[in-house]
Amino acid sequence: MIDIKNISKWYGSFQVLTDCTTTIKKGEVVVVCGPSGSGKSTLIKTVNALEPIQKGDIVVDGISISDVKTNLPKLRSRVGMVFQHFELFPHLSVTENLTLAQIKVLGRNTEEAKTRGLKMLDRVGLIAHKDKYPGQLSGGQQQRVAIARALSMDPIVMLFDEPTSALDPEMVGEVLDVMVKLAQEGMTMMVVTHEMGFAKKVSNRVIFMDAGKIVEDCTSDEFFGDPEARSPRAKEFLSKILQH
Amino acid sequence: MNLDFSFVNWGVVSSFIAKGFFYSIQLTLVAMVGGIVVGTLLALMRLSGKKWLVMPAAFYVNTLRSIPLVMVILWFFLLIPLLTGIRMGAEASAIITFTVFEAAYYSEIMRAGIQSVPKGQVYAGYAVGMTYPQCMQLVVLPQAFRNMLPVLLTQTIILFQDTSLVYAIGAYDLFHGFDTVAKNFGRPVESYLLAAAVYFVMCFSLSMLVRQLQKRIQIIR
Repeated sequence: MIDIKNISKWYGSFQVLTDCTTTIKKGEVVVVCGPSGSGKSTLIKTVNALEPIQKGDIVVDGISISDVKTNLPKLRSRVGMVFQHFELFPHLSVTENLTLAQIKVLGRNTEEAKTRGLKMLDRVGLIAHKDKYPGQLSGGQQQRVAIARALSMDPIVMLFDEPTSALDPEMVGEVLDVMVKLAQEGMTMMVVTHEMGFAKKVSNRVIFMDAGKIVEDCTSDEFFGDPEARSPRAKEFLSKILQH
Repeated sequence: MNLDFSFVNWGVVSSFIAKGFFYSIQLTLVAMVGGIVVGTLLALMRLSGKKWLVMPAAFYVNTLRSIPLVMVILWFFLLIPLLTGIRMGAEASAIITFTVFEAAYYSEIMRAGIQSVPKGQVYAGYAVGMTYPQCMQLVVLPQAFRNMLPVLLTQTIILFQDTSLVYAIGAYDLFHGFDTVAKNFGRPVESYLLAAAVYFVMCFSLSMLVRQLQKRIQIIR
């Protein structure tokens, strides 16, 4: 589904990603973790070409993102993305947030878009808030709307960029619940997160990054079950993160 | 000093003032709408990051913002017929000049407005498959416009006051109307006082409106 092939990325002379390679298969849930500044958020943003890469290539559902002939907007419309800071459109109501891209990008008619959007809103348990504006919702609710917005586009894969790190602790659960449900329904997911509980519970694979490199890429059972077999950097990270 | 306003009646207003008043309003509205449209394009050019777009837009904005308006009005009125052979009246010339000139100011406001929209919003627009024009039109500009509405209207108030400068090329605006009355009736003090009062009422009510709008349109965050 997603083929990341030897990609590298620089900001000026500073290299943020070095020769990263991995593959995400259909139906797989892959968690990307690692210390701050390790390049995980950058990596996930390269998948739908929000961040350009200078070397290597990424192939999403058979389409290369670095091919000049690729229609990037069209490709992105099939890849759902959820951001750390939600990024709902604050000038639009919840319903408009859900239908805007369906209408303008996918060309669906208003009724169709509304039906689909509200169905997704119901799925994240927020149908009662359909006429509110994002600013009237809590962080957790906004993030669930953001997930519904992405799902309304019928994506083939969902990317989550630290979806719970900007939330108050008591709201993390409601967002993770939605994501767990999604994973169990078979959605292909790439998730940058520090939520190791989530990773243990639903992920098939864990990618551990450090200093712009993929240090570990193994099954979730290996990653959490066999700490001794891990690289020193991952061991250190795990010991810190799992202590509490 | 004895002030005598007895010369003011409906006939005076309708034959001297009304025409100038409506022209000033027309000039303000056209220059505002045109200025915001052209200004937004200039702002987008300056923020494009492409040198061949940034440079001309920056040159345009910086040049016009460094020249007094009254000179631009005069030059445009005198030079355009010389250069192009097209003759146009003072009124039409002023409308074009104001649009061109105000665009430079509106563009700076829109540039600040566009920059006030967080980068994440642009990412979000792209992530759902929008093209650059869609992302600007549907996500960034509506927010930039709302954020900047009070400043845009304040600029429009200044613009309305500045319309009196078309006096320099003899266009018949609100001030010209009062000026004519002053001369015809030999009552300059009264006439200019009335002119000031009309400008004041117009501008003051507009700024009150800005305040009201500000409260209503603010985006809840």
